[in-house]
Order: sequence, then structure tokens, then C-alpha cells
Amino acid sequence: MNVRFLGYGLLLAMGLVAPFVVYPIFLMQALCFALFACAFNLLLGYTGLLSFGHAAFFGAAAYTTGHVVKMMGFGPAAGIFAGTVAAVVLGSVFGVLVIRRQGIYFAMITLALAQLVYFVFLQSSFTGGEDGIQGIPRGHFLWIINLGDDRKLYYFVLAIFLFGFVLIHRTIHSPFGQVLKAIRENEPRAISLGYDVNKYKLQAFVISAALSGLAGATYAIVFTFVTLTSADWHTSGDVVLMTLLGGMGTVFGPIVGAFALVSLQSQLADKVGSLVTVIMGGMFIVCVLLFRNGVVGELSGLYYRVVGKRPD
Amino acid sequence: MNQVFGVPLPALFGQLMLGLVNGCFYAMLSLGLAIIFGMLNIINFAHGALYMMGAVFTWIALEQFGLGYWWALLLVPLVIALFGVVVERTMLRRLYKLDNLYGLLLTFGIALVMEGLFRHRYGVSGLPYSIPDAFAGAFNLGFMFLPKYRAWVIFASLATCFATWFVIERTPMGAYLRAATENPKLVQAFGINVPVMITLTYAIGVGLAGLAGVLAAPATQISPLMGSNLIIVVFAVVVIGGMGSILGSVVTGLGLGLIEGLTKVFYSQAANTVVFLIMALVLLIRPAGLFGKER
Repeated sequence: MNVRFLGYGLLLAMGLVAPFVVYPIFLMQALCFALFACAFNLLLGYTGLLSFGHAAFFGAAAYTTGHVVKMMGFGPAAGIFAGTVAAVVLGSVFGVLVIRRQGIYFAMITLALAQLVYFVFLQSSFTGGEDGIQGIPRGHFLWIINLGDDRKLYYFVLAIFLFGFVLIHRTIHSPFGQVLKAIRENEPRAISLGYDVNKYKLQAFVISAALSGLAGATYAIVFTFVTLTSADWHTSGDVVLMTLLGGMGTVFGPIVGAFALVSLQSQLADKVGSLVTVIMGGMFIVCVLLFRNGVVGELSGLYYRVVGKRPD
Repeated sequence: MNQVFGVPLPALFGQLMLGLVNGCFYAMLSLGLAIIFGMLNIINFAHGALYMMGAVFTWIALEQFGLGYWWALLLVPLVIALFGVVVERTMLRRLYKLDNLYGLLLTFGIALVMEGLFRHRYGVSGLPYSIPDAFAGAFNLGFMFLPKYRAWVIFASLATCFATWFVIERTPMGAYLRAATENPKLVQAFGINVPVMITLTYAIGVGLAGLAGVLAAPATQISPLMGSNLIIVVFAVVVIGGMGSILGSVVTGLGLGLIEGLTKVFYSQAANTVVFLIMALVLLIRPAGLFGKER
């Protein structure tokens, strides 16, 4: 237990010192995607549901935040709240539809619904169509903290990330989270034990959508623009890969995956251009065939083999 | 009398015909997906990429090897099927004992790799492929002109779907296939080589996608991105129809193509989204799909 607290403390210290060492914009991008991947992992890793449409929530929240902050003149916190609410609404609609069909259809339905949302964004006026929303003001948090300063904004983003992370952590380790795991392991059994499986799935889906939205809303404030890319199916694929690479069903896996993928993309984009897609596809194939537990999953498995304790 | 709700009849029929052509592609692709899912229990995300490869290979056959449309029609599906054999033997085979979402993730990776490679090589702008001489021109049906190539696409894909149905439902080999879908262990115990059958099923399923690609080559813009746009619609088609029956896949594919064509005429803004909206509606009213059985 002490080792675990030491580990969390060390990570927090790293998070606090990081902007003095690494370019803050990169860190904020990685943190947004880390939160996105953690939210996604709640669904894939802990409930066993593969959604291929999570970019819809990320994008919808980003657009809503951009719109509320830029066109209506609200502050960043109100904007992010509005974005998250939009993701909750969209997540509830998706959720109600998607839990009506079992099994592998889940992925196809979420993908198709996200594509519907994508086309709506492409054609409607409030998203600015192909241009997106540009020049979203970062503004001031609580009227005094100027988020135009990258380092101050970083701590703002870090706080949001930690909020989301702790929420997910609490969810996973609550009785509710245990039921989700039971559904993942053996759905018929969970039903026979009297759990309303569809209700649990829907709740997990909406929580996941909400936190994905929180990530997307924050992303809009950090980058001051939103484009269609954020709602694209490639983005849905990215978040799947982050979770898979880091280790689905692990607490830290999605964070590792997000940092790895964001740094890979920023390093490779100017070197290999369009071959980035090929590399990502290759990573999918390698992950599925060779290490399905992901980086964190394999490492912790190794650790427990050496120390001789089983993970709880 | 040559207008319906202010739309000239020839334009209406033209769009319906175009919708029917699209519906044929939906039908062929969802049929392939259903066959593969039945046997391998895997959703083949690479299906769209293989369709795209079929079209691009048709173009390459002409540009690089001087092989015309008819050769492409014969060879390209075989090449794609061979590619499928390699994929099944080297990769998919390792996943059968696992949760079926790994199959989806793996084939998604394959789709990204293939799309990325072709995009890197050929860019995103369309590659031109002219309609073969035999199908130049159009039939005059009196009320509209039917381009011969469109008629051919509809005929060829319906014939393919019928042949697939015939093989699966009316031949001994199809009987083995259906039996192996129900209970692979028992069929294996009767001395039938189930692993080879699985490989063949995957090869035939993706071969259908390749064939659809060849048929599409002269009818649409050949582009490395053509597959990923299509596969998402085909997924919606599969959700609407359910993967229970061959006839169901075909009817659903054609029907949705027609509806899409009609939407283009009367409310073109919704043409991209109408299939997804219908999917949402079907999920509300009949969650198992129009032709599906609740499992």
C-alpha cells in the first residue's frame, strides 16, 4: 500500500514539474487524449464494450465549447461545462440505441452513429463546416487566472485531468465498477444474479461519454480551434489504439498509450507524412497478435511474477 | 405527367438507378461480411479496404500490365481472395479462441495499413478508369436512358449474390458450410477439414469484396479512401438487416440503396445520413434487425 501511494505521489510530482521540462502544449494535448483514453477504457477495459464512435462525444463537446465560448462569450469553465453536458446528452441518445443490440454489433452501431454525427457537423452552420471554429478565446478562469499563459493553462488542464482520472478510479473500484467487471466476464451470469445489465451498460456508456466530452471540451480551449478531425472516425480509432497499446483494463495503461501515441504522431508527422496511418495500423496488428495486455498490462504481469503476488 | 412532386421523371429514375447500383455494392459487401461472420465469428473491418484494393488493382492491371476489364474481372477477385488466404492463415487464425472484438481490432489495423499504403502511393485524388467498350452507351427504355454499364453492374452483382445463395443453400459443400457454422467440432469429427473450410470461407467473402471493387472501378472514382467511407454504411446496412440470412442481406442492401437514391432527389442534405437514421429507427422498433433473430 505504501509503495502504491509513493508511486502516485511520484507521478503527481512529475505532473507538476513537467511543464518546466517539456513543451506545455504537447503535455496538454497528451493529457486531453489521456483523459479521453481513460474514459474509453472504462467502457472497453472494464465493461468489455468496444465503441468505435467515441470521437462523436469528443467532437460534439469540443464544438459546443467552442461555440459557447466564442459566439456567446462565456468563460472557459462554463464552456467546458456546456461541452460536457452536450456529450452527456449525445451519449444518452447513443447509449439508449446501442444497448438494444447484443455483442459485436456494439462496435458497428457506435461507428455508424458517430458517422451520422460527423455528417451533421459537416453540414450544419454552427460548426463552421469544413473550416471548423477558429480563434476560440482561452479567457480567464474565475476572472483572475489568465489562461492565455501556457503554463497556467497547463495546471488548469492538469486539474481537469486529475478530476476525471480520480472519478474513473473511484468508479472502477466502487461496487458499481465491480458489477461492470462481472458483466465483462460473464454477462449471462450477471443477468441471472439479478443485475439489470442494460441499465449498468447504459450508465457506464454515459459516464464514458461525459468524460470523453470533458476531454474534447478542454482540447478546444487548449488549441483555440475545433475542426472536423476531432469527430472523425480516425480519432475514434486513435483512442482505441491508445487503450490497446497501453493496456485495456489497467488504470495507467490508457495514459501511457496516449502519451506514446501523441508523441509518436508529433514526431513522425513531418518525417513520414501519410505513412503514419500505416504505422498505426501496424501497431494495431502487433498489439492484437503479440501483446494483448498492452505495455502496462505486460509490465505489471512481469512485476507480479517476480514479486510473487497476484494482482487483485 | 412527366414530373413527380416537381422532380422530372428521367432525373428521378436516373437517381433511383444510381441508388440501385450503390445498393448492389452494399448487398455484395454485406453478404461477404455475413458469410465471414457466420463461419469465423469475426467482423471483417478490412472489407472496405479490400473493396478499394479490388478497384485499384483493376486500374493497375490496365495501366501497368495492359490487362483490360475482362481480365481484371477474372483475376482481381482471385488476387484479393489469395490475400485473404494469407491474412487468415497468418493472423486471424490465432484469434479464434479469443473474444471476437480482437478480430475486429486486427482487421481494423489491416484496413488502416492497406489504406495508408495505397494513399501513400496513389494520393487521394481519383484514378480514372473508362467504361469498357462493350458497355459504352445506353439503352433507351422510353421513359429514361439506362447506361449499359449500370445495367451490367446490377445484373452481375445480382447474379453473384444468387450464385452465392445457390452454393450455400443448394450444394453439398454449402451444406457442410452451414453445418460447420452451427457446430464446427461435430463436423470436424465427421472427417471434414474445418480449418480449410474456414480459410476458404474467408477467401470467398473477401473475394466478393474484390469483385465489387472491380465492378465499381468504371462506375465511381477510384480512390484509396473509397473503402472506408463505404464500409461504415455497410455496417449500418448489416445492423439494419441482421446477419441471419443471405436473402436478407441482399434485399436490405438494394432497398437502402434505393432509399438513398430517393433521398438524393427529394432532400439531398440527408443523402449521407439517411441510412444511419434508418438504422437508429430499426434499433428502436425491431432491435434484432429486419431479418435477424434475437440471440
